[in-house]
Amino acid sequence: MSRVIGLKCRECGAEYPAVIQNTCYECFGPLEVNYDWDYISDNISKEKIAAGPKSIWRYADLLPVESEKRIDLGAGFNTLHHADRLGAVLGLKELYILDESVNPTNSFKDRVTSVALSKALEFDVKAVGCASTGNLAAAVGAHAAKAGLPAYIFIPGTIELGKIVQMLIYGPHVIAVEGTYDDANRLASEVADSHPDWAFVNINIRPYYTEGSKTLAYETAEQLGWQTPDHIVAPLASGALLCAISRGYKDLERVGLVDGADVKLSGSQPLNCSPIATAVRNNSEVVPVRNFETIAHSLAIGNPADGYYAKKTILDSGGYAATPTDAEIIEAIHLLARTEGIFTEPAGGTTVAGLKKLVESGHIQPDERVVVYVTGNGLKAQDTLLKSLQRPPVIKPMLGEFERLVAPKIDIHKQQEIAPLART
Amino acid sequence: MVKIRFSSALSNVTHARETTLDLGDTNVKAVLDKLIEQYGADFERRILDKGEVRRFVNLYVNGEDIRHLSGLNSPVKNTDEISILPAVSGG
Repeated sequence: MSRVIGLKCRECGAEYPAVIQNTCYECFGPLEVNYDWDYISDNISKEKIAAGPKSIWRYADLLPVESEKRIDLGAGFNTLHHADRLGAVLGLKELYILDESVNPTNSFKDRVTSVALSKALEFDVKAVGCASTGNLAAAVGAHAAKAGLPAYIFIPGTIELGKIVQMLIYGPHVIAVEGTYDDANRLASEVADSHPDWAFVNINIRPYYTEGSKTLAYETAEQLGWQTPDHIVAPLASGALLCAISRGYKDLERVGLVDGADVKLSGSQPLNCSPIATAVRNNSEVVPVRNFETIAHSLAIGNPADGYYAKKTILDSGGYAATPTDAEIIEAIHLLARTEGIFTEPAGGTTVAGLKKLVESGHIQPDERVVVYVTGNGLKAQDTLLKSLQRPPVIKPMLGEFERLVAPKIDIHKQQEIAPLART
Repeated sequence: MVKIRFSSALSNVTHARETTLDLGDTNVKAVLDKLIEQYGADFERRILDKGEVRRFVNLYVNGEDIRHLSGLNSPVKNTDEISILPAVSGG
């Protein structure tokens, strides 16, 4: 018996075997994994999960990899922080943060990549690859190194230095492309299409890859004692992450691990590149954006493939979307670091800034149990963040120097106040 | 000659990964009309829905998505390359 029946078109329902394929041959719609839910329900239990590995693979019964040969660098099983200090600032009684900055390559992309590379091994491919804004590149580089497979990574030429350094260290072939992520992605799509024995994780094996993000929902529910939150906030780029989180909560209800999955899903996208969030806010079509500039490079996708579904998922759930400015994103990075000790990149800043705006606009209520997904690490975006900080003054190593130059400027008996937030 | 590259998802109707057309300077709609004439209703059904490009189909002229140009009215020169790809991005 197998937990995966095959692939199924999200648009027209056409079914295919579980092969390297992402597009319906009938209508060009995206494919998703079609599971045997009776089989899964009969084989899954809270006890089995609790006894499983301390990674996303504790939820293997809900993932599309059949083989035991997995590329597991330890993604997942991250702490769900009770963010009481940030909650107090924002006026939320019960706020949690799932901190993805502590994954093996410091973003949530390790979850999807671990699933995708394990599936790629099942397919016995000759190489792997991806189009990336940086985080996925590092994840694919690291997991491909562990799998012993060559990797071809397509990036826009403008991404942060920290991300380029990190991806290069794993030794993949990195192809920097003129233009935006959408240009790099189109080229990668054509390369993937020309090499049917290569697995491009977010292109031709995308149906399996996106399943890895469902573990964010599983992990949240498990750490809440197999309960679901009232409301979640996730960053929006292609829209795939939010859709996967939604599926994750529904899966748990379907197999009986939680009693209900009535979770409101809200998203946040940087104002300068916000095709999905704008569509949610206006209840309009998702209109691709061609020219944009934002510090949140990992969310800078102008033509989001899952935008249509992400918008529908948000509105159907009763959620909403926020569009913070770059200044608000930077402020939110500082706020998160200074209240919760979590250092995130601008994508995480976008999510926290979005959370704040959604609370202020009344779309998130003070008594809701809220979970925020902070998806990446601030160390990757130091060149961006340095502009918002001042280098400390240098003094001679003498106590008198300290007291003369530094001590008068700070009241060491009083806790420093949190920096004020940008006003909208 | 306009060069047209097809996604492998179209292989079951085009039976080739690329073709060329000699239409002079024209537009995307005229190119698609010619391709529909060549490959039939199965091709049309995969690309168009009620005369509009399907949501999950991306058409590029020299690498530029026609949604950022003038849609089906986007101009096509006789030296241009057109790609027809499924919409897949990010994650």
